[in-house]
Amino acid sequence: MDRNKLMTLAELKIKSVEYRKKILYYIKKANAGHMGGSLSCVDILNVLYNSVLHVSPDIIENPDRDRYVQSKGHSVEALYVVLADRGFFPESELEKLCRYDSHFVGHPTRKVNGIEHNTGALGHGLSVSVGIALAAKMDQRVYKVYTLLGDGEMTEGSNWEAALSASHYKLDNLIAIVDYNQLQITGLTREVCNTDPLEDKFEAFGWHVEYINGHDLEEMNLAFHAIPLSKEKPTCFIAHTVKGKGISFMENDIRWHHGVPDDASYQQAMEELEKELKLLITQN
Amino acid sequence: MNRQSDTDITMGKTNLKVFSKTLQALAEKDKDVIALTSDSRGSGKLVPFSEKFPDQLVEIGIAEQNLVGVSAGLASCGKKVFAVSPACFLTTCALEQIKNDVAYADNPVKLIGISAGVSYGALGSTHHSLHDFAALRAVHNMTIVAPADNFESQKSIELASEYNHPVYIRFGKKPMPLLHHQNMEFTFGKSIKLKDGNDLAIIATGECIYPAYEASLILEREKGIKMRVISMHTIKPLDQEMIFASARECSGILTIEEHSVYGGLGEACASMLLENGLYIPFKIMGIPDEYTITGSQTEIFNHYGISPDGITQEALKLLKIK
Repeated sequence: MDRNKLMTLAELKIKSVEYRKKILYYIKKANAGHMGGSLSCVDILNVLYNSVLHVSPDIIENPDRDRYVQSKGHSVEALYVVLADRGFFPESELEKLCRYDSHFVGHPTRKVNGIEHNTGALGHGLSVSVGIALAAKMDQRVYKVYTLLGDGEMTEGSNWEAALSASHYKLDNLIAIVDYNQLQITGLTREVCNTDPLEDKFEAFGWHVEYINGHDLEEMNLAFHAIPLSKEKPTCFIAHTVKGKGISFMENDIRWHHGVPDDASYQQAMEELEKELKLLITQN
Repeated sequence: MNRQSDTDITMGKTNLKVFSKTLQALAEKDKDVIALTSDSRGSGKLVPFSEKFPDQLVEIGIAEQNLVGVSAGLASCGKKVFAVSPACFLTTCALEQIKNDVAYADNPVKLIGISAGVSYGALGSTHHSLHDFAALRAVHNMTIVAPADNFESQKSIELASEYNHPVYIRFGKKPMPLLHHQNMEFTFGKSIKLKDGNDLAIIATGECIYPAYEASLILEREKGIKMRVISMHTIKPLDQEMIFASARECSGILTIEEHSVYGGLGEACASMLLENGLYIPFKIMGIPDEYTITGSQTEIFNHYGISPDGITQEALKLLKIK
């Protein structure tokens, strides 16, 4: 991550707003996508890809690279814009998002450079990440595996099968980050099928658990660099986030789970982000 | 073709034992050969493997979805992963992981369905896998193999170990006769002609081959009917060349499988023939779409006519010979 050790907090903050603008732009352009979830997890991805993960286009085949598996695959637009920014593919490719014969489909696939695993069906990413982390232990490699889970997907039983084996095999190179925005497509996660308290559940399954603010870039940066937090235990960060974060009328509103803004909403959202960006640049 | 009479057929081991022995030989040479089990090392005959190569066996516990997901992750890091679990659970419980994490993501996991078909016999339908061909045939990027004897079992495992794409191999648990000579060529998608003849072709797979072969001997001895017997060990991709040749050269085709008559080998052959304008007398033998009778594997086979006598009767019907 040498390139980005130099990236300042102020620069990271600017990146976050730029990413939000791009998510908005490409979803509007494709007339499809998951706005709410992408906006809630994009700060996490920003910190991971610009400050934490030992991965870049030139080492994507290197067996020692860090891995990122996005279990909540529907928020792929956040991943696409971050990967494009990191040079895994030209950003112009995103003009083809969800278009006929494009590899840029509505969920991650390995056809896209930089994506480690095909996801989209929920409850899969953690098991695959356990396998990748286990391979590191077998081969005495020091890479880490980060997987992003949606809080809505924590009702999938397969996640808990994976959580058991992660602690059973003492995978302290495995980090799960729960995008805890407390909303899913139907409504409040605790009303759809309550998975709270997630902290107690992960702890009972043998994990080290920490709460973090999934929009506080500095806090996440410090937390992710402190791993492993317990020797021989996998780490779970429950990241408090806001679905639709950064665009006022989208925040905490399930209509934006996969809603696409009309022209007026798009205009308003873009203006809000432009204003935020100008402010950050001025402060910088 | 490699058999002319039944006098030289001797009984071998169970295909599962051969699987285990072959895997041990591979693991000895290559530390990247890994077996994953779902509390199934005993039924998978992998206890000796686990004792000899404790670092190459990953016990997942009774969690088939996780078994397949973890296997996909390991395979993505270059491990030669054999995910070993009863066929009935592996291909239903973990079907979504097979579809997405293995096939769609093209992780070269070797899915090993043990005690397949009705091998578990009287344990009942929960433990039968009569759907696995059908389910996996519809999954893109999946090779499906049902070895008939010890030779096919060993070759399948050796081939799978070096195969860079997903493969599903299912085994029964009964000792199998040694049908083939050891020096034959074996490739996925290329069937083996066990016996030649042009009166009727039997295309069978897995543990149904032997009763089919016995039926062919009875028919030849008693009626002078010369049957062609084909071991179609690979259900997908199907050996089109052999199926077409059989349709052109024989008076009819009888398919036999330890699977539902829906969605398996028989329907795959039928659609291939029809779509290519080859219309000949055709019959699918397998387990009918009904509440499966209770019994051992042999009793279930006999009940549904997957026996030398039952196959003989079906062959005569197809040939319109009384």
